[in-house]
Amino acid sequence: MSAKANARLIAMAAAARRHRRLQAWLPWIVIFGTFGLWELVVRAFGIVPFILPAPSDIFEAAVKWWKPLLDDSLQTLFTTLVGFGLAVVAGLLLGVAIGSSTLVYKGLYPLLIAFNSIPKVAVVPVLIVWFGIGVWPAIITAFLISFFPILVNVATGIATVEPELRDVLRALGARPVDIIRKVGLPRAMPYFFASLKIAITVAFVGSIIAESVAPNAGIGRLMMVASSRFDVPLVFAGLITTGLMGIMLYWIAEWIERRTTGWATRSTEGSNFTPGG
Amino acid sequence: MSRAFVEIDNVAMRYGGVEGTLALEGCSMNVAEGEFVAVVGPSGCGKSTLMRLVSGLWPATDGNVVVAGREVDEPLSLVGMAFQNPTLLPWRRILDNVMLPLEVVPAHRARLRRERPAYEQKALDLLKLVGLEGFGAKYPYQLSGGMQQRTSLCRALIHEPPLLMLDEPFSALDVFTREDLWDVLQQVWMARKPTVILVTHDLREAAYLADRVLVMSSRPGRIIAERKVPFPRPRTMETTFLPEFTALVADLRAYIAAARRGEEVV
Repeated sequence: MSAKANARLIAMAAAARRHRRLQAWLPWIVIFGTFGLWELVVRAFGIVPFILPAPSDIFEAAVKWWKPLLDDSLQTLFTTLVGFGLAVVAGLLLGVAIGSSTLVYKGLYPLLIAFNSIPKVAVVPVLIVWFGIGVWPAIITAFLISFFPILVNVATGIATVEPELRDVLRALGARPVDIIRKVGLPRAMPYFFASLKIAITVAFVGSIIAESVAPNAGIGRLMMVASSRFDVPLVFAGLITTGLMGIMLYWIAEWIERRTTGWATRSTEGSNFTPGG
Repeated sequence: MSRAFVEIDNVAMRYGGVEGTLALEGCSMNVAEGEFVAVVGPSGCGKSTLMRLVSGLWPATDGNVVVAGREVDEPLSLVGMAFQNPTLLPWRRILDNVMLPLEVVPAHRARLRRERPAYEQKALDLLKLVGLEGFGAKYPYQLSGGMQQRTSLCRALIHEPPLLMLDEPFSALDVFTREDLWDVLQQVWMARKPTVILVTHDLREAAYLADRVLVMSSRPGRIIAERKVPFPRPRTMETTFLPEFTALVADLRAYIAAARRGEEVV
């Protein structure tokens, strides 16, 4: 190879490395940049904390109230995860049923869509009447809000098995349950994990809605109490904590997804294509 | 000729109720055990319908389908199928894709756990036979289209089905890959002698591979002509340059042209 080609290859590799490094740092740069800009704007225009607290005010409030903030976060995390867990189980089971049977699909789908269209905030008072103020309204709201995306995705994955593949298996004497086990479920897994990432974040919304309507415990109550005291920095501290928990769980879901369904996202690692007849 | 392994007697198939599309009507053909038959015809003539009737995926509207002396009224587990798309499972390695039928066919699934090494060896032998030695641990996306189709062929063969149904298995491939796979298929057939029904619209492919070529009419489909293919095996690319081969392909083409015009040719 000529010296020129060699130099070019080395330069390209270096450029690719720089690009990858930038990609790794970019989220942090954007986050800290946003907070920096925010701080700057608040100070430059002398905005009072009551309207928009500066990040430093929020941080101060978070440090001052760290104990309730931590307790309430854990409470919210708990109700969210329980509701989300229930949603995973119910979403998988119903998703498989709806995806594999046109009859179940036709029968249940309209009802499910109608139910999903109901604003969950309107359901909370009913849940309180039924279960009283406590953890259950939060758990159930988290469940209700996160269950639908999981169901729809699992059902889609199972319902879209290629007809030829189904024929291959049926011609071998496969029972419908074999086809679901060998093909439908594995096929639905990428859809399932994609839906988990949506479901886990909206599950938080569900918990916090319930906690705000029936302030008993949790980060939703903390924010309600803080805002009624006009402690806006603490409200923001609550919001940011929620965001952090959301990102954390999203990452966990993504990590599991990469570990289990790497075959569906192979394009990113690609390049080990083997040519041949 | 030995006894008929597949008997299709005056079969009709209509989709979608009394007023539905009539895909096949008065369709009759016999395939002897170990015979390689190709079915050609104009597009939309019901070739794929015929495949599904023989494999028992759909019941015929009228007439009889008998395979291995048994009336076909449900899938018989003795058919291996391959289609235009390889339809491999992307989350399974090549070896596991090939072994999928063993996990499904009742006779094998019970023995698979105990005799796994022996079955794996069988799968590896098959991969070697089609020229995929050393690719068992790869994933489908790491293989080219032709290699995926070879894998699909192995999957159709692993449970040693007495009947192999191929529905345009090579039509999505480029010409050179396709001709390679003709040889692979011929080799597999000569080694194992399964009964093969190959549905294709490639007349050279039919003439190259089959013992007998059947021509179907346009819809509603039935068999309107039959040609024996006399060339000795193994056939090679040289065979395709013989004047007799060219003449046979020209004849078949004429039949199909007539069938498309709706004329009788028999």
